[in-house]
Amino acid sequence: MAELNILEAIRLAMDEEMERDPDVMLLGEDVGRKGGVFGATEGLWAKYGDKRVLDTPLSEALIAGAAMGAAMYGLRPVAEMQFADFVYPAFNQIVSEISRLRYRSNNSFGLPIVIRMPYGGGVHGALYHSQSNETYFTSTVGLKVVAPGTPADAKGLLKASIRDPDPVMFFEHKKVYRLFRADVPDGDHVVPIGRADVARPGKHLSIFCYGYMRICALEAAEMLAREDGLEAEVVDLRTLRPLDTETLLASVARTGRALVVHEANRFGGFGAEVAATIAEAGFESLDAPVTRLAGPEVPGVPYHHNLEDWFMLNPAKIVEAARSLAAY
Amino acid sequence: MAELDPASALGHRELGLTDEDVLSMYGHMLLARAVDERMWLMQRAGKIPFIISGQGHEAAQVGTTWPMRRNQDWMAPYYRSIASAITFGMSAEDIITAHLAKGDDVSSGGRQMPGHYGAARNNIVSVSSPVGTQVLHAVGLAMGAWVRGDDMVAITSFGEGTSNQGEIHEGMNFAGVHKLPVIFVCENNGWAISVPLERQVGGLSVAARAEGYGFPGVTVDGGDPLACYAVARAAHQRAQRGDGPTLIEARVVRLTSHSSDDDQRRYRDPAEVEELKEHDPIPFFSNRLRAAGLLTDEADAALRAEIKTEINEAQAQAEARPDPDAATAHRWVYAEGAD
Ligand SMILES: Cc1ncc(C[n+]2csc(CCOP(=O)(O)OP(=O)(O)O)c2C)c(N)n1
Repeated sequence: MAELNILEAIRLAMDEEMERDPDVMLLGEDVGRKGGVFGATEGLWAKYGDKRVLDTPLSEALIAGAAMGAAMYGLRPVAEMQFADFVYPAFNQIVSEISRLRYRSNNSFGLPIVIRMPYGGGVHGALYHSQSNETYFTSTVGLKVVAPGTPADAKGLLKASIRDPDPVMFFEHKKVYRLFRADVPDGDHVVPIGRADVARPGKHLSIFCYGYMRICALEAAEMLAREDGLEAEVVDLRTLRPLDTETLLASVARTGRALVVHEANRFGGFGAEVAATIAEAGFESLDAPVTRLAGPEVPGVPYHHNLEDWFMLNPAKIVEAARSLAAY
Repeated sequence: MAELDPASALGHRELGLTDEDVLSMYGHMLLARAVDERMWLMQRAGKIPFIISGQGHEAAQVGTTWPMRRNQDWMAPYYRSIASAITFGMSAEDIITAHLAKGDDVSSGGRQMPGHYGAARNNIVSVSSPVGTQVLHAVGLAMGAWVRGDDMVAITSFGEGTSNQGEIHEGMNFAGVHKLPVIFVCENNGWAISVPLERQVGGLSVAARAEGYGFPGVTVDGGDPLACYAVARAAHQRAQRGDGPTLIEARVVRLTSHSSDDDQRRYRDPAEVEELKEHDPIPFFSNRLRAAGLLTDEADAALRAEIKTEINEAQAQAEARPDPDAATAHRWVYAEGAD
């Protein structure tokens, strides 16, 4: 066991996978000599050279499209979008090409590609360095979407993503990169894609979350237990697509109440999918309407801290939503 | 005085091509044209709902893909690439089967519409519909070979209208930065559906853009397969030497409407359409082969008859293949089981 933060866990996962498999390569803007703007690839350029840790020009469509070509050739590219906010020039390649190649070629081609994207707010990044844009990708069939919330999951899920035969969008919340350290199992620690984690058991309500919201939800659960005597079950989805409906529904069956929490805006957000899943398959378990707590309906996170604090979810907002759900 | 060999006037020997090679190139052009014409007939007969043609592009396609090594080099083609696909190893039957969207069609198992070529077994990337995306895939394939240190050259093709897509700029720039082994072929037929070159390309030359990317751009008569072969061979050698990409702009004619859904008489001068036939690369090459003494009327007739038989058989075989089963339509979104 090593005590690592999420950033270190991500770096370690890439390092171990590159050591294990010579076909794994990294590409992106500033990932080489500099080691990435957040430092996720620090040290890897020196270790693996400038072909396997490739600084690309400032060209996101190229990063995704060349990853696809290289994957057809037999490599396992791990591409970094410097910020999730800047993935849109690559959207065509991801949605029109990468997500559908296996299907459109009737399984003649498959694409083992990981696209890592730092996402999320709370870092004074304003409208264009704070986005949580996961639903563009969760609604795209052919992609897998992962968003870890702990160092151990970051390492284990990234290793699973690199080994996966299909394209994985890997969302890394910027705010938690260096927020805390926790135990990460040594060696070949792989967390399978598609399994949620019951981060804290409870019986009064279920809180569904992912990424940074796992940390907020656990804090909220602590407060609810202390101040209200409410036992909230925190379910970290970890993988958004494919969604672990089994764990999700089992939790609702235990608690009868579901609160879905995400930083992305609410309308058409991932919570809508979770809510619909529960309504369709867990209706009989419910004692209250499924509730969503999500980012506000504005086009981006505003800059000034007064405004950003207004935007961001936090443990106190989750406690408040949980209290009204419990009181229903 | 030594007798003059008329065949030497063709210039193919200086390019390292034998008499058999040039006749084979001609045969590939004829086959591509015959498949194309057959598919129009099948479209008119209601057997295929849609076709998009390569007629007029055959010389450029056969010429530029001829130096590529089968099962070693890769190609990312586009929807007019019938002759390229054939040169890379797809058969007439593969192409007709794909147009009929049969269940065992090698390109997509009946999932994609006509004109979307692809065959993993022939190193041909699956074509999609958004124009220009394939250029990045060829660059990525070349990047893969470069990372591994393999001897592989990728080729990709696209129209001049498509040359205005941002992804092409991104791909060419990156290929120029790292001198990747890739050949870019712009098949410039002067029209992007109804919009002519003058309204698509500022400066009127796609090849000229290469300068900004740090590699050569050459314009070639796309009606002359040997001229196309010469520039593509040089491009292939250059790529293999590690000197980087080449952009080839082959000036071709679009002999048909954009597709079977289009009627070019609505936007193209009737005199121009009439005159197009004079630029058909097939009679052009056929006449040159005759002048060089490499082809006789009898040999030409025999070759065409052979191709006709091949196509008849290909169509019969393709039509007899099973349609896709709707029970399989959900499959292969992701890998299933062991991959
Ligand atoms: C991104 C995108 N925009 C529009 C279209 C519709 N479209 C298909 S082919 C075409 C014209 C392409 O012209 P050009 O690149 O010159 O090639 P040509 O068809 O003449 O060979 C258009 C507009 C498309 N397929 N993809």
